[in-house]
Parts: sequence; structure tokens; C-alpha cells
Amino acid sequence: MTAPGRLNRAIDWIDQRLPIITLMKHSAVDYPTPRNLNYWWNFGSLAGFMLVVMIVTGLVLAMQFTPHVDMAFNSVERIMRDVNYGWLIRYLHMNGASMFFVVVYIHVFRGLYYGSYKPPRELLWWIGLVILLLMMATAFMGYVLPWGQMSLWGATVITNLFSAVPVVGDTIVTLLWGGFSVDNPTLNRFFVLHFLLPFVIFGVVVLHVWALHSVKSNNPLGIDIKGPQDVIPFHPYYTVKDLFGIGVFLIVYCVFVFWYPNALGHPDNYIQANPMVTPPHIVPEWYFLPFYAILRAVPDKLAGVIAMFAAILILFALPWLDSCKVRSGTFRPWFKVAFWVFVIDCFVLGYAGAKPAEEPWILMGRLASGYYFLHFLVILPLLSKYEKTRPLPESIGQPVLGGDAPAPAGGHGGGLAGGAKVLLALAILAVATPALANEETHLRKQDWSWQGVFGTYDEAQLRRGYQVYREVCSACHAMHLISFRNVGALGYTEDAVKQIAGSYTVTDGPDDNGDMFERPAIPSDRFPSPFPNENAAKAANGGALPPDLSLIVKAREGGPDYVFSLITGFAPQPPDVELPPGKYYNTVFPGHAISMPPQITDGAIEFPDGAPNNADAIARDVTAFLQWASEPELEERHAMGVKTVLFLFAATALMYALKRRIWAKVH
Amino acid sequence: MADHAMNDAPKSRRDFLFAAAAAVGGAGAVVAVWPFVDSLNPAADTRAMSSIEVDLAPIAVGQAITVKWRGKPVFIRHRTEEEIKAAQAVVVDDLRDPQPDTARVQKPDWLIMVGVCTHLGCVPLGQKAGDPHGDFGGWFCPCHGSHYDTSGRVRKGPAPKNLAVPQYTFLSDTQVRIG
Ligand code: FES
Repeated sequence: MTAPGRLNRAIDWIDQRLPIITLMKHSAVDYPTPRNLNYWWNFGSLAGFMLVVMIVTGLVLAMQFTPHVDMAFNSVERIMRDVNYGWLIRYLHMNGASMFFVVVYIHVFRGLYYGSYKPPRELLWWIGLVILLLMMATAFMGYVLPWGQMSLWGATVITNLFSAVPVVGDTIVTLLWGGFSVDNPTLNRFFVLHFLLPFVIFGVVVLHVWALHSVKSNNPLGIDIKGPQDVIPFHPYYTVKDLFGIGVFLIVYCVFVFWYPNALGHPDNYIQANPMVTPPHIVPEWYFLPFYAILRAVPDKLAGVIAMFAAILILFALPWLDSCKVRSGTFRPWFKVAFWVFVIDCFVLGYAGAKPAEEPWILMGRLASGYYFLHFLVILPLLSKYEKTRPLPESIGQPVLGGDAPAPAGGHGGGLAGGAKVLLALAILAVATPALANEETHLRKQDWSWQGVFGTYDEAQLRRGYQVYREVCSACHAMHLISFRNVGALGYTEDAVKQIAGSYTVTDGPDDNGDMFERPAIPSDRFPSPFPNENAAKAANGGALPPDLSLIVKAREGGPDYVFSLITGFAPQPPDVELPPGKYYNTVFPGHAISMPPQITDGAIEFPDGAPNNADAIARDVTAFLQWASEPELEERHAMGVKTVLFLFAATALMYALKRRIWAKVH
Repeated sequence: MADHAMNDAPKSRRDFLFAAAAAVGGAGAVVAVWPFVDSLNPAADTRAMSSIEVDLAPIAVGQAITVKWRGKPVFIRHRTEEEIKAAQAVVVDDLRDPQPDTARVQKPDWLIMVGVCTHLGCVPLGQKAGDPHGDFGGWFCPCHGSHYDTSGRVRKGPAPKNLAVPQYTFLSDTQVRIG
């Protein structure tokens, strides 16, 4: 504002011809904002921030991704392994989708609690719902792109929803697929749409903000702005508060990205899509689970699909379903209760949606689905008719002097803050459940060197594990994502890597005569596969395909503990169990009948470093090697995570101090 | 939350906080940009292919082969005595891009260079039997008519520079590593 005259003149020159500066100043600086917004109002700007993060990470990923059924999976793995910081960008994008939904769902629930859908904000609310629908479509198509098992089967299940449409259903589905199943044309168009929709969302967000700035923000009291004493300019008050919020949010986001990047995903998606085999338990991403539960609650196909879509569309009718003149739940004692029961109901739905389609989860899903609609169709209309609301304050600046008058500004969370604790407890429960499920399978949990905040690999152990793979596993199992140059990370020198590579022969060609020829491998070659093709591998192994081991640890529930337990889990066949011929009894393998014979026995391998070579030790070493093969970026990820989170703590603390200082005048 | 003590604090405290927050936030944002930019650089698998080894044994005198290196053609020519003599006889100072032949080869028999015209990137002719060799017995770029001599130096036409010589090492008499 105190810029030298020349700059001012230049700004004026532009502004007179295109009032873009004025526009920006109006909407991001001067915008009069209620002075009493609490932290729940941070989630709007957080959602905007996430949209930008998703677009930026997505753009860079799209530059490395190949939307073809034969190459998509490997191109994603190339991003994870070879592209500079590719793992970081992909994990930001992948977890970003979840974070985006967390933020948007909280934003929606905040609107539900404070009546942000009531006049004059109906259109604002509807535009927001359109954004939510677009986000869902975008997220769904994005999940298809890595072309893992969940991608393919999720896409199959969701697109098949449309087959429920009478008469033209099958035609619609064929049109969506561009073929007779989810295949290459589907992947191609989903990629295009997944690229396009975020920009559509961006446009609708502009409308959302425009509508917001026309009707002005709602506030925790839900009463109208009466005059200038009720508002403060957006900048610096809410810019600094939003920045502080982004700091806190980024810490949570980064903990997922750097330490639990796959916690919200599904191991099956690290198995390349196979149209011949459906994974035993298909679940959508967590953010679709409540709707999935509603779909499954209805035993009729068409009715189920209608119910699922109705669950979202009903939100459009909220301005009529809840006609109570009082906006904020703070002044509606019964609405408040109903709101929290509804929130819990949504969690129950999500929980039921994650469970297999069997009792008691079906009943649970049905009851919760019924309540979902009961809340909107019966409870809200009745409440808005009969509920006795509490007196509203006079104005935002001077609330009524009642016994329980809300605080005028800042951190007042109303009933939302209290209930949020319940929400947190439920979230922890939801996260803890899969952990409990693991207990049932009797995995032998081990202490691994790479666990924990600072976890790293033990190079000597990785080298021993590689020796085990080479001498034992590689007879049947390929590792097609690993090149010889990668084993440099196990502590081998460049010459040693060359020597290792040179001890293998690979097929190359064709040469000038058109013939394939054999040559010694070089570091840039991939580990050769023990069989020329999948059918040969099956034929040599009694019809069962030995899985590729490049991603085995990430592709199995239980990760390294599962792999270790499986290798060491062979036991004599119990007398009451019948095994098909050629199968072996294994305590942790699903179904217990495994085609792989026991391989690791005490002393099966001699380690040059003289490390213990009992069966458990060998199994631990090879598991460590396979873990490294699955997540070669882990050490870099942990190290960068520590630095990033420490920085974020410092930056966020600074923002908080600045926020207090700026807000000191208002309080 | 009201804190009047802070409110009365001198203005410089706020200015300092503001400057510190802006500096830290700005630095964080700048550092965060780097992974995105670096992701556009060649990936590890691309870098792993950045050098190749070529067996020269099958290339007879007077023959040339073209190999692919970093996505571009590399010309390897087993030069004849006459070609070498012609290349060495040129008066260097008269050239557009003055370079003696000795500066362009490690062993006079073997001319190794990137087969990309320094004008606008076409691949010059002259490798295959029957190709035109230009006015100077080397290579001829058909796109806009640049002529290169038996040392790959530009002699005529719009190209500003001689054909580039890549970094290479002879691992043995018949084995060369390019890159
Ligand atoms: S590109 Fe070769 S002469 Fe123009």
C-alpha cells in the first residue's frame, strides 16, 4: 500500500482496464467477515488449499503416468522408484485425496450444525454439494488409474451400479466402459476425466466463493451481520488464522505421507489388475464407505442404487426439510442431540461398509441406513416445527447477557467442540479395528529395524536377505520391478553390482539377423524371471503362479509380519484337515493349503558374515530384503519426514504467535 | 484469549513476528517447490541408460555403424587412410568452427560423434551405402544442406558447429564406452 508512485501508477493503469486488483482486494483483503468465526470455519480455506495441492501433484504425476492397461501399474511403480521424488509426489496425491475428503466432510458437517444451508445461503449450499459430487467422481476415477486389483474391481462394481437402470442399464454400462468389461478404453477415458474434473471443480469453487461473498459468511451464532461492529476484514485476521490452520493440518497430512502412506489404502491395489480373479473382499476407499453401506443395506439392486444416490441428493433438500428460523445448532437443544446422533450414525455406516457382507454387519448397516433417512425426513422436519429454541443474541458484536451466552469471538466451538471428542474416539476405534483383525490370524509379530519414526534398513541384513532370495526364492519367484543397479542400495560398490549383474544372462535382441541372443546382464537390466512366461511358471508349480516378489510386502495385509509368518508358518498337516494333492499346510496362508513347499530350514544358507542361520533368522533376513524391494524409498522418506515435521512445528508456532498478536486487538 | 499486555507491546515486536513468519513460510514454500521441479529431470532408470558399451570388432575399415545413445544416433566410423589424411590436411583456420582432426578423435581410425546436425537437429546422411556424402566426403544434411567433412566438421551450409563428439573411453582396442 505504500508502494512507490510508479508501481502504484502501473497498478492503477491495469486496474482501470481490468479491475482485477480491486476484485482481489475485495474478496481476499477487505471482505468483511464475522468477527466470531471459530476454528471450524478454517476447513473451507483448507479445502481450497487441498484442491491446489491435488492439482499440482496431479499435474506432475500425469506427466509420468501411462494410461494403458499393460503399462499403468508399472508406470506408477516407476514413479515410486525411479522418478526424482516421485514417491513423495505420489504419496502426497494419494493421501491428499483422503485429507481432502476429511476436510470437506468436516466442512459439510460444520454447515449442517450451524445451519449454513438456510436462507439466504441455499444456492451456496447447493454449489457446495455439486463440488462434493464432482470430487467423488474424480476420486473414484483416480483410484482406477494405478490399475491394481482394487482399481479394476472397484471400477467394475461402481460402473455396474448403472446396470440397475431399467431397460437402458446395460447400454449405459457398455458406453461407460467402451467395451464389454472394464478395460483399456475405460482406463483411458477415466484418465482424461480424472484430469479434466479438477479444473471443473476449480470453476465451481469460484462460483462457491462468489456466492459466499454475496451472502457473506455464516457464523457460530447463526445471526445476521448487523453492522460494521460485527465484522473484521478478512486480511490480516483470517488470513493469518487460516495459515495457522494450514500449518496444523500439514503436520497431520505429513505424518500420513511420511510414516503411514498406505494406511488408508488397500494392499490389494499393489497387485496388478487381473480380470480373471476378484480379490476376496472388495471395499471402496474409506470416504465412500457410508454410501457403500447404504447400497448394500437394500436387498434390491435398483433400490440399493437409488438409496445410495438419494443419501447425497437429500442434502439438496435440506433448506426445506429443516425450516427452523434459527440457524445455529447452538440455540437448538434438541437439534444438537439429533446432529450428534446423526454424526455417530455416519460413522456406524462407515464401519458397516468396511465389513464383509455378513451378519451382524448387514443388520447394522440396515439400521444405520434407516436412521440416516429418518434423520432427514422425519427428525429434522419435526424438530423445526416443535423445538423450542433458545433466545438469540442481539448481535455478533454484543451478544445477549444470558447465563450461557456464547463468547463473542474466536475459539468458541459451541456444541461442535464437545462432540468432536466423541468423533475422535470413534475415529481411533475405526483405525484400531484392522489391527485387532490381524490378531486373529496369529501373525508372528517381529521387531523390524525400519519401524518407528527414525527406522532404517540394516544393510548387512538386506545383503543376507538378497542372498536368500538368490539362492532359494529366485528359483520360482520373479522380481520384475527390481534392476541390478538397485542392489547398490544394499551397500554394494559399483563394481560389485556390475559383477553381480554379469553373473546372470539375459535374453536380448533381435540382432542384425533378427535373432534373439543371450548376453551377460548389465546393471540397468531387471532381475531375470525364472520362467519365460506366466503359463510356464504355473505349469512348473502345479498350476499355481508363484507371485512376483517386488511388491509382496506392500501387497499383503500384515506386511512383513505376514511374509515372515508365512515363510515360517509350515506345520505338519493336522489330522482333521484334508489337503488337496501337491499342497502343503501353512498356518497363516488363507485357507491353509499352499502350493509352495517349505523352503527355509535351519542352516539352509551359509552367510559369509557368519550371521545366525536358523530358519527364523533366514526368514527374517529375506523378509527384510523383500520389504526393501517393496519400499526402497523408506529411509529417504523417514529422514525427510523428520525434517519436514520439525520445520512445520516451528512455522506453525510462529503463525500462532503472529495470529495471537494480530487478534489481540479484536479480543 | 485477550492479552492486553501483548497488545501494548511495542510495534516492533509485531513487525519482527511478521517478518519471521513471512521468512519461514516463504522459505518453506520455496523448498517445497524443488521436489516438483526435480521430478521433471531424468529419472533413475533414464540416468542408468546414460552410458552404453559398443563392440567395435565387427566394423571393417571404411564401414560405419549407428548406435542409439541417450535417445540420439551416434555415428561410429572406421575411417580409411585417405579419409584420415583428408581430415588432417584441412587448414584449420579456414573452418567455421576451427578444430583440428586430432581434437576430434582419440584414435585416428575411429571417428565417434553424435549424428545430429548442429543446425536444427536433423540426422545427416552418409552412414549407409549409397548415401550422399556431401561435397567433402563426409556427411550431408538433407534438411537445409549442411556439408560435413571426414572429421564431421561443418564445411558448407547453415550449420554453425561441427558434429558433436560425445564423451567416450576405449575400454580395450575393440570395446568403447560412450557416455
Ligand atoms: S538441420 Fe541440418 S541443415 Fe538444417
